[in-house]
Amino acid sequence: MTGAEVLLEALVREGVEVIFGHPGGAIMPVYDALYHRKELRHILTRHEQGAGHAATAYARASGRVGVVFATSGPGALNLTTALADAMMDATPLVAVTGQVPTTAVGTDAFQEADVTGVTMPITKHNYLVADVNDLPRVVKEAFHIARTGRPGPVLIDLPKDVQNDAFTGDFPEQVDLPGYRPTYKGHPRQIERALAALSAAERPVLMVGGGAQHAADPIRRFVERTGIPAVATLQGLGVVAADDPHYLGMPGMHGTVAANRAIHEADLILGIGLRFDDRVTGDVERFAPNLKTLIHVNIEPADIGKVIEAQIPVVGDAAWVAERLAEGAGPLKIEPWWRRIRAWQAENPLPFPDDGELRSQAVIRAFGEATGGEAVVVTGVGQHQMFAAQFYPVKKPRSFLTSGGLGTMGFGLPASIGAQVARPGETVLLFDGDGSFQMTLQELATVSKYRLPVKIVLLNNGFLGMVRQWQDLFYEDRYSEVFLADSNPDFVKLAEAYGIPAFRVERREEVEDAVERVLGEPGPVLAEFRVKAEEGVFPMIPAGGSTEDMITEPPEEARS
Amino acid sequence: MKQRHVISVLVEDHPRVLTRITSMFARRGFNIDSLAVGRTHLPGVSRISFVVEGDDRTLEQVEKQLNRLIEVLKVVDHEGPRLERELALVKVRVEGIEERIELKEIAEAFRAQIVDVARHALTFEVTGHPAKIDRFLEELSNYGVLETMRTGAVAMDRGERVIKLRARREAV
Repeated sequence: MTGAEVLLEALVREGVEVIFGHPGGAIMPVYDALYHRKELRHILTRHEQGAGHAATAYARASGRVGVVFATSGPGALNLTTALADAMMDATPLVAVTGQVPTTAVGTDAFQEADVTGVTMPITKHNYLVADVNDLPRVVKEAFHIARTGRPGPVLIDLPKDVQNDAFTGDFPEQVDLPGYRPTYKGHPRQIERALAALSAAERPVLMVGGGAQHAADPIRRFVERTGIPAVATLQGLGVVAADDPHYLGMPGMHGTVAANRAIHEADLILGIGLRFDDRVTGDVERFAPNLKTLIHVNIEPADIGKVIEAQIPVVGDAAWVAERLAEGAGPLKIEPWWRRIRAWQAENPLPFPDDGELRSQAVIRAFGEATGGEAVVVTGVGQHQMFAAQFYPVKKPRSFLTSGGLGTMGFGLPASIGAQVARPGETVLLFDGDGSFQMTLQELATVSKYRLPVKIVLLNNGFLGMVRQWQDLFYEDRYSEVFLADSNPDFVKLAEAYGIPAFRVERREEVEDAVERVLGEPGPVLAEFRVKAEEGVFPMIPAGGSTEDMITEPPEEARS
Repeated sequence: MKQRHVISVLVEDHPRVLTRITSMFARRGFNIDSLAVGRTHLPGVSRISFVVEGDDRTLEQVEKQLNRLIEVLKVVDHEGPRLERELALVKVRVEGIEERIELKEIAEAFRAQIVDVARHALTFEVTGHPAKIDRFLEELSNYGVLETMRTGAVAMDRGERVIKLRARREAV
């Protein structure tokens, strides 16, 4: 067996079925071996970043480890954004990159880059394999590290000569990583304390994040049993169903008034699988000023106490801990608290201007209604992403795939590919903006190549809308370099050029028909909605602000 | 409140493990005052000592972020009674016999050894707590210090306390 064959054998042994990637000189032995292994499906993207985001979405939509291949130098460097993205949003990924032969490493050889050096801070761990006999162990460790603890990307840099070397070693059955032993079971004493604090709380709030996506069942039982008000961060959307009466929406910068007010007034927060990102907390000093007890459940000890001090830290797996909490907790007596929350909800619905103009909010809501909140939603980054988070009623876990931590524009289209590959029978809805979409639009070719029935909903406002919104609010309307409409392509023709049916919607009254047309399309489709350009995402808590600084409605002049 | 801490880290002796640690320190904005590395009696295990300054919260993050690294086996903040030593080599210019005598006296007071003698230069070797080395260098600053090299502090708990590694155990 050659190193390349060993790699593929090791992947098969890990249960890998799909690989996203792009070949090149230094990884050709692997691609040659792949030619013979028909049980491994390879999705060829048009750019390595696309392969990385596709693998990320595949992992998050399926709960499995995403696998991505790239060649050395530029190939591997093109992956870095996707690796950093996966690192921030705790996504299990194994990336295999070709490297120049060991004899050439360090000589500035053709297509050489120090990929283990470059990716050190943006991977959970990485390897440079110098001996082919280490390869099965390295692959086994990589998958173990990627999927356990706080999940993350692991990169294996594989020199070309090692891919060709003859293998004489063994495939280990187990891993031995003495420095890596994640804690799964929360400490029983801490769980007892948490339960006691919960039952004593007057104004408790449950906050769930991306680390709770695999724990939706026990968390939903816990919510049902206790009657606790629940909020979900951007990555936690779908952990609690959007139509659950206990659900208050998303907190943070573009969160609902009710979610943010509840956190502001809460005396106890039970945070599961989140890390209190600055888009959630705003000014840390003024975050949740009435908080007496934070119960912080996270599998990564370093994420507990990093931003907000936790009175009851629980290091452990979200599902394991939630299961114990669901078993141990009883109904909470918090009727006065709920009355206050219901009042905030009644007084502050999400601003939904529906004045006959074509707006993103109406488009997203229409798709939400037509799909019953059951689609797998993927987004790019920008205003459309926040509108999707606000207006698409996510019902299921692992069904809202978005770049949260890194905020990677261009995430959407390749991610929709990975999502559709992971969940072939389901409707994958991509909400993207014209700016974000153009960062990775070459992956239309990938959609077309595999006839993936992705529904691309392009919310075209002709601007870098989120930047424009900040310029509106904080830079006295100086719209510096945000105008795209003068040079945007004809997106309908563009999609058609890739063999993807497409059409354009310009009027509000066409939305419902357009939604029906998109969802009725058996294959891929792109619908371009020419949405109102002068639009802001509200409510908004300015960066570094607190709930008290919340702007709930667009300023007067912006509305005209 | 900021305090000086000496931290010992046992690591797997792999290529780039030191880079992983120092890069993490730099990225997280933790300042390293000194750093020393060496092998241990355990095969494949190296030991790194850091001197860092920070408040409790920063130190908690330093320890947790170190523990996050796969190749880090054990992190210990030496908070109790500890031995702390550093070694320094110092080369000083000497002009004339009087200076030579004065320097020898200073060396004796600090139990520094003269390890190299030349016509116009003396080289001292001194070991001890980093604070002692600071004072020694301060004394010498009245003379012509030509070159200094300090190893960074190494530390160990006093008494019978030892840093134990968990027994190697097979995980899934």
